[in-house]
Amino acid sequence: MKIHEYQGKELLRQFGVPTPRGVACFSVDEAVSAAKQLGGNVWVVKAQIHAGGRGKGGGVKVAKSPDQVREYANQILGMQLVTHQTGPGGQKVRRLLIEEGAQIVKEYYVGMVIDRSKQRVVLMASSEGGMDIEEVAAHTPEKIHKIWIDPVAGLTDAESDDVARKIGIPEVALAEARACLQGLYRTFVEKDAMLAEINPLVLTADNHVRALDAKFNFDSNALYRRPEIVAMRDLDEEDPAEVEASKFDLSYISLDGDIGCLVNGAGLAMATMDIIKLYGGSPANFLDVGGGASKEKVTEAFKLMLKNPKLKAILVNIFGGIMKCDVIAEGVVAAAREVHLSVPLVVRLEGTNVELGKKILAESGLPIISGNDMADAAQKVVAAAASKTTKGK
Amino acid sequence: MSILINKNTRVMTQGMTGKVGQFHTTHCKAYANGANCFVAGVTPGKAGQSYEGIPIYNSVQDAKKQTGATVSVIYVPPGYAAAAIDEAVEADLDLVICITEGIPVHDMLKTRYKMQGKRTILIGPNCPGLITPDEIKIGIMPGHIHKKGRIGVVSRSGTLTYEAVGQLSALGMGQSSCVGIGGDPINGTKHIDVMKLFNDDPDTDAVIMVGEIGGSDEEECARWIKGNMKKPVVGFIAGVTAPEGKRMGHAGAIISGGQGGANDKLAVMEECGIHITRNPAEMGRVMQKVLKG
Repeated sequence: MKIHEYQGKELLRQFGVPTPRGVACFSVDEAVSAAKQLGGNVWVVKAQIHAGGRGKGGGVKVAKSPDQVREYANQILGMQLVTHQTGPGGQKVRRLLIEEGAQIVKEYYVGMVIDRSKQRVVLMASSEGGMDIEEVAAHTPEKIHKIWIDPVAGLTDAESDDVARKIGIPEVALAEARACLQGLYRTFVEKDAMLAEINPLVLTADNHVRALDAKFNFDSNALYRRPEIVAMRDLDEEDPAEVEASKFDLSYISLDGDIGCLVNGAGLAMATMDIIKLYGGSPANFLDVGGGASKEKVTEAFKLMLKNPKLKAILVNIFGGIMKCDVIAEGVVAAAREVHLSVPLVVRLEGTNVELGKKILAESGLPIISGNDMADAAQKVVAAAASKTTKGK
Repeated sequence: MSILINKNTRVMTQGMTGKVGQFHTTHCKAYANGANCFVAGVTPGKAGQSYEGIPIYNSVQDAKKQTGATVSVIYVPPGYAAAAIDEAVEADLDLVICITEGIPVHDMLKTRYKMQGKRTILIGPNCPGLITPDEIKIGIMPGHIHKKGRIGVVSRSGTLTYEAVGQLSALGMGQSSCVGIGGDPINGTKHIDVMKLFNDDPDTDAVIMVGEIGGSDEEECARWIKGNMKKPVVGFIAGVTAPEGKRMGHAGAIISGGQGGANDKLAVMEECGIHITRNPAEMGRVMQKVLKG
């Protein structure tokens, strides 16, 4: 689960990381009064969307007067901000962060992720602030310094100072850099983050270190114990279909294609998408109904897929293990009736009670196309989607 | 022979009194030698009770002492599952299989840290378990699709493993052991560990290796295979069509920072001499072809 920059900075401040003072705003008037409240003569107007690359897309502006704050807030609020992470449609800006300006001397990169092979939290720091870390990693990997953090000792003073020196933070600012790095680590661990980035971390003209941005992604498996993080969730930033799916405990990801897939198990669901592509089709979604493909779940899954205007056919691929195929077949038939299915449906069942399951599908009177195995089912659904396209023309 | 478990393995079930634990204990007990294999359950505060004749103990240590069980399977809910693994490791069991899905990743980081220097082997979490056909099944896979034989199967996925097994059995190729190592980013046993065991197992002739997007475990295993594996390996990676940055169901199935994509994994595997297929419906047939030479 992702949060906004201003929320990330709130968290970082709780753990002693210095950030510029700022106020989150939902309207132009709020933005202007926030600037007045903050005082000074330079303010930064920052679009708050979850995607990165906001500056390049015109979502971050420096204002030299309250009038300019009004002008920029007017421009940015409500715009469809397009960045390399939003896709071509962009993301509507609904929130702003108005922040005091800072005199920046140098920008650094600091980030944390979980290193899967070393099974540790890894701190990554670089002198190349403001750039995508993937870019730095690809072109100048020697400029990225890493520390694999011992979960008992935490990030020690010595480790922190060492990495700070390596990225070029001056001696006079080491103590504040330590507050930033150790505060970031504590936020990461105590709030169950999977990814955290301060990009850039900056050195100001008066030798202060400040977190100028904050990006977090939290472990959805740990949200049950982090209500304060859940409270920061912004559903406007998420795919409505994925939000709807999560209400029914369905794991759903929207894709660009036109063949809906309903599968039990994440690995098989991915493999189903892959085989559709292999036979010349294009999957409309990833959908894992989990172990218990009940009538209710299958119905909700059908409804969800049918909301996609591009949808031309559906493939149900179930390997019934403990879940019996006859029970699943009954669920599929009932769900297909309830939603008045308007696109071809191909069903492939395998596993426990498969013959009984196929019989239920065949005798349902519904135009369900039966797939004998995964390849047969994929070929049939690709053909069905293609013929629907031809007829449509 | 087989790897990790056989008909003489003695198993305790942590979380046996919950709905999930009971359901799967019943099925495991009914499979092959299960009635002799599943000898204990562990639920704190329920010592003295029993489920289907299997006695329940307060702790892993008690269950081990009283029954001689050296393997544990865990169905404990996600918030408590890491602590359940810790307890089994502390009790010095041989093998712990954690079925539980949804354990917070920071809990697993701590658990893996505590496991350093310990001899206990962890399978999972978020896995279907493992099976040695016609001998013992520990986990949630459907027993009847398996057939005793000489092909090893190792996979990060549940139902996709069943798919591979189903194809093998349908073509008359039985399995020596099938191991689901789980779909989480921080887990115990990895592809490479299971591959080494299959390589040393005299009753395994060839291995199907099923992977998915995310991380680099498949690549590490492939490089080891290139230099060491004496038996043919057939490989498939799920997620060629998965978009970057999206978690595809499994917590570990995510392409991030350009790393962990399926095509890259397949390329490394092919280069290392693994017989790859891009068609998940062809895993069994590719194996058949490889064995015929």
